[in-house]
Amino acid sequence: MSKSNGSPSGNDKGDVASIVASNNDLPTTSVEQGETGSSIASKPSSSSAVQLKSEKTDLPQFERGIVDGLVSKFGNSIKIIYIKPLRIKIEVPPKDIVEVASHIRDESGFDHAESVSATDYPKTGDIEVIYHLGSYTRENLSSHILALSTRTDRDNARLPSLIKVFKSVEYHERESFEMVGVYFDNHPRNDRFLLPEDWADIPPLRKEFRIKGR
Amino acid sequence: MSDQEERISETTRLGLEIVKEAEEDRLMTLSVGPQHPGSGHFRFTVKVDGDYIVDCDPDPGYVHRGEEKMCEYRNFIQNIPHLERPVIHDSSNITYSYSLAVEELVKIDVPRRAQFIRAIASELNRQVYTLYWLAIYGIFLGHSTMFMWPTGDRELLIDLLEALTGARVTHAYNIPGGVRNDIPYGFKDRCLRQVSYFEGRLKEYEDIFYNNPLLRQRTEGVAVLTKEDAIKLGVTGSVLRASGVPYDIRKAEPYDIYDEIDFNVQYMKTCDSFARAYVPLLDMRESCHIIRQLLDKMPESGEVRAKLQPNPKGPPGEAYRRVESGRGALGYYIVSDGTPRPYRVKISVGSFRNLLALPHLLVGSKLGDMPSVYWSLNYWPVEADR
Repeated sequence: MSKSNGSPSGNDKGDVASIVASNNDLPTTSVEQGETGSSIASKPSSSSAVQLKSEKTDLPQFERGIVDGLVSKFGNSIKIIYIKPLRIKIEVPPKDIVEVASHIRDESGFDHAESVSATDYPKTGDIEVIYHLGSYTRENLSSHILALSTRTDRDNARLPSLIKVFKSVEYHERESFEMVGVYFDNHPRNDRFLLPEDWADIPPLRKEFRIKGR
Repeated sequence: MSDQEERISETTRLGLEIVKEAEEDRLMTLSVGPQHPGSGHFRFTVKVDGDYIVDCDPDPGYVHRGEEKMCEYRNFIQNIPHLERPVIHDSSNITYSYSLAVEELVKIDVPRRAQFIRAIASELNRQVYTLYWLAIYGIFLGHSTMFMWPTGDRELLIDLLEALTGARVTHAYNIPGGVRNDIPYGFKDRCLRQVSYFEGRLKEYEDIFYNNPLLRQRTEGVAVLTKEDAIKLGVTGSVLRASGVPYDIRKAEPYDIYDEIDFNVQYMKTCDSFARAYVPLLDMRESCHIIRQLLDKMPESGEVRAKLQPNPKGPPGEAYRRVESGRGALGYYIVSDGTPRPYRVKISVGSFRNLLALPHLLVGSKLGDMPSVYWSLNYWPVEADR
C-alpha cells in the first residue's frame, strides 16, 4: 500500500500494439440499461444489503465513475481499453498489477475473480493475461465485470501472481501456466494440473502448437 | 562456548526433524479415484491422521479434451456440438452463454420467440442435470431410493427435451441467433402437465430424502463454508447460495427475457452440506415456476432463428457473457480477430471454480464425511476439465 506509484509508470507501455486495444471504439452492446437497473432494484433483497441509493444511475456514467476512481489514483499507468455497459476493461503494466488489484478489491468492491485467461499474440510477441473480476458483496456491482489485463513478453512470460489479493485465481493461474506457459511469481504451485503428467510438448494454447492432422 | 551452542542447536534441529518425520509417519495417504468417484473421472489424494483429513490435493484432468483449443479450428457455428460435450446433461446451458457471446461479437438480434424457447430449453435442462446430480448424491449416501426416483423422473423431462430438440441429451439446440427448430405441436400442454407432476414429486423427495434422519445426521453442520470464505474462494451457483449469498446470474445480469420473469433467488444461511444439498431442490421448484411463466408469456408465433451468413463473422473484438447453469455461473470469454473462427475461447465453468472449495472444506473433516462433502460441491469433473 505504498504511495510510490504513478511516477515511474507508463515507460514500458505504449509500444504494444494489441488486436483488441486497437478496437476500443467498438459500438456498445445491446444490453438494456434500464431493464437491468430495475431488475436489480426489484431483487428480493432479504439480506441487509439495501444500503444502495443510486440504483437508477445512468450506467455508462456509473462505469466511467469506477474507472475514473482508478485513473485518479494510479494516473497514466492505467490504460482504458473499453468502457461498455456492464463491462470495463483496463490494462496495467505487470509491475503495478498487484497494487491496482488490491485497490480494486478494497476500494472499488470487486471481490472475486470469475475467470483468468491468457491469450497468445505471436504477431506482437506478447501474451495477454486477463482477470475477469466480479462482485458478490456490492449489489450495484453484481452485474458488472471488470476485466483487468496485463501483457508480458511471450519468450519470457513471467507475471506477478494475484493470489495474495484474490484467492479465487489459484487454479485459474495454474491452468494458465500449463496451457499458455505464463510463470506466476509467488504462486505456490506453477505445476501440472489438467494436462497429463508426462506431457512433454509446448503449452498447448500457444499458437504454434497445432492439433495433429490439422 | 559457541561451538557447544552450535552443537546444541544442531541436536535440537535433528530432534525436531525426527518428531516431524514421526508425525508424517502417522499420516496415511489415500487416493480417491480416478475411477468415477461420482460421475466423471477425477482423482484427489487425501492425507488422514486417524479419522481426520489433514491434507487434500485435487488432481483433475482425466477427462481433459482441449475444448478451448478445438474451438480455434472451427467456425462459430461448428463449435456448438463439441462445446456441449463437457456437460451433456446440461447441454442447453453450456451452449447458451456461448451463443450470447457470439451474438454480441457478430451482432445478431435474436427473435423474441426464440428467446423464450431457449430459456425453456435451458430451464428444463437445468432440472435434468440437477436430477442426475441428486441421484448420485443419493447413492453416495447409500440411499438407493433417491437414486431410482430422480433417474426415473428425469426420463420424463428428457422425453420433453427429445420432443423439443430431437435428441435425448446432446441437443445442440441453442445456437447463435436463436434455436435450431420451432417447438412441436402440443408441446405446451405436455410441458405444463409434466411440470405439474414433477412439482408434486419434489414434495415426495423432500419427505423421503431431505427429512430422512440419515441424511440430516450426515450433512447438517458438516463442512461449513462461511459466507466470507465463499466470497473469497469465488465459488458459484448452489454452493454460493447455500452460504448465504443470494447471487444468481438470471437476477444479477438478466439475459434474454429473464428480466420479464418473476422469480426469487433461493438461498440458505446454514452454509453446511445440507444447505448445499437442499438449495438445488429449491432451485428446481423455482424453475418449474419459471417454466410456467415462460410458456404463458411466449408469443404464439414468430421467427425462432435469425438469418445468418454462411460463415458469420464480426469485427475484431472480445466478449464475456455468462448464464446461470446447473452448477452456477458459466462464462465464455471469446476473442475474435475478425475471421469466422474465434481467436481464443476461454470457458469459465462453475465446477472449476467450486473445486477450490474442496481442499478448503475437506481439511479438518472426517474421512466418512468425504462423499457428502465432495458431491455437495456440485462438481462435474468432465466440465471442470473441459
